[in-house]
Amino acid sequence: MVQSLENGSNTLNGASNIVYNTKQLNLWYGNHHALKDINLQIKENEVTAIIGPSGCGKSTYIKTLNCMVELVPTVKTSGQILYRERNIFDNDYGVEELRTKVGMVFQKPNPFPKSIYDNIAYGPRIHGIKNKKILDQIVEKSLRGAAIWDEVKDRLQTNAYSLSGGQQQRICIARCLAIEPDVILMDEPTSALDPISTLKVEELIQELKADYSIIIVTHNMQQAARISDKTAFFLNGEVVEFDNTDVIFSTPEDKRTEDYISGRFG
Amino acid sequence: MKYINHESVVKRMMSRLTINKVFKVIFFFATLFALLTLAILFYRIITQGIGYLTPEFFQNFSSRFPAKAGIKAALIGSIWLMFVVAPVSIILGVGTAIYLEEYAKKNKLSDFIRMNISNLAGVPSVVFGLLGLTIFVRALSLGNSVLAAGFTMSLLILPVIIVASQEAIRAVPNDVREASYGMGATKWQTVVKIVLPSAIPGILTGAILALSRAVGETAPLIVIGIPVIIQFLPTGLLSQFTALPMQIYDWAKRPQQDFQFVAAAGILVLMIFLLIMNSIAIFIRNKFSKRY
Repeated sequence: MVQSLENGSNTLNGASNIVYNTKQLNLWYGNHHALKDINLQIKENEVTAIIGPSGCGKSTYIKTLNCMVELVPTVKTSGQILYRERNIFDNDYGVEELRTKVGMVFQKPNPFPKSIYDNIAYGPRIHGIKNKKILDQIVEKSLRGAAIWDEVKDRLQTNAYSLSGGQQQRICIARCLAIEPDVILMDEPTSALDPISTLKVEELIQELKADYSIIIVTHNMQQAARISDKTAFFLNGEVVEFDNTDVIFSTPEDKRTEDYISGRFG
Repeated sequence: MKYINHESVVKRMMSRLTINKVFKVIFFFATLFALLTLAILFYRIITQGIGYLTPEFFQNFSSRFPAKAGIKAALIGSIWLMFVVAPVSIILGVGTAIYLEEYAKKNKLSDFIRMNISNLAGVPSVVFGLLGLTIFVRALSLGNSVLAAGFTMSLLILPVIIVASQEAIRAVPNDVREASYGMGATKWQTVVKIVLPSAIPGILTGAILALSRAVGETAPLIVIGIPVIIQFLPTGLLSQFTALPMQIYDWAKRPQQDFQFVAAAGILVLMIFLLIMNSIAIFIRNKFSKRY
């Protein structure tokens, strides 16, 4: 409610709490048509899960949301993605500006080969924060936010590589929180983790929902069912179905969605 | 139906093991040959040269008399040369490598450029000498100065530094770059804070190896007309000078037997010079690596 009051007049038509509005998005890798006419509206303070079989375009889509996909030289796009009502494909919208508001957590934990402290402080530092006291506070807040402060508070100066895979992934989440993003994109964040680490990351996602909008790509349908509010099912580059997670998993409209979630393929 | 007949496998076993042993011996002797040659070379140079390696040897200029000949001008000249070659070649080389690996779009033109830089590393040093003579000595009228020789040597080792730096930069995993970009870092911030710190040990190793080559290289210096008998020290970048390999070459070709020993002493100085350079490289490398 606080959010809608702050955003003022837009509350009536409901447009105010839409973070990402994707309109007629098409994407090609060279000649390969990877995303076809995607239309999706993603709301704030919700967990949106994107599921689908390998090669369906779900990772491509999430990487398009922060323009990471543009690192691939042969990519062409058409259509619009409005982030807070501004088209991210506009030439005057710098990717650096977008990425300070949209953090990303990757499939494989990818901490920098630096100390835990320097990993978390990296984002604030590149955005110009030099004050040691402020950096200390950001590091603690981010590590607490990623539920890993108690595990690492006594060894902030040790190399992040010395941590376990699950801890590294939470360090990466903390590093992402340190730039105080609006949205967090997660590209199969638990696929390289053991079940207990996965559980911790899932609990964390539930906690983060209160402050951030989260879009998560996952291979694991049970995970999508456990943690998400909305689920989009991708198949061959198209959105087959997008609805509340309980609807998708109980009474899907499309036959293909039903086949996929009941494990008949994929 | 089985495809593997275990009886015949056992029968062939002896000959397979013998072949294995034969090759082990061959490879061992190949290694031994290289090491022995090196040991003999060292032994000869040390026994011949050590007697001339006196404090006066470092204090005297070259002379017609073996007993009075010293290496001062050449040693100081080589140090001057390094002060030009190291910054010029490392800045240009690493800069080129960063551009090619991080900024340049991957297309046919950039592939062509990459391939030709590798080819350039194989061009004989005499050719670079001719290039230096034409451009730096004559066209830019730098004469046979420290600067002209330094630029020529930089060109000579530039391809080696570029290729080594490219390899080191390419070895930095892509996912840490993505993590940096994902937080809104610019390319420059990613290069400086993420890519270079990881790549610097490899870059330094390549650069020092290349610089060692520049210290020992003689042909380009002969072509651009570096003198050997010099009775003064360089006073500036445009001053005349001579370098260690030139001095050694000059002594070695003189008729008097004793100059062979002076040349051996010169080679010892050159080797110590290289040893110090390599130690500095290892020191810097370890210092940078410790940060992680």
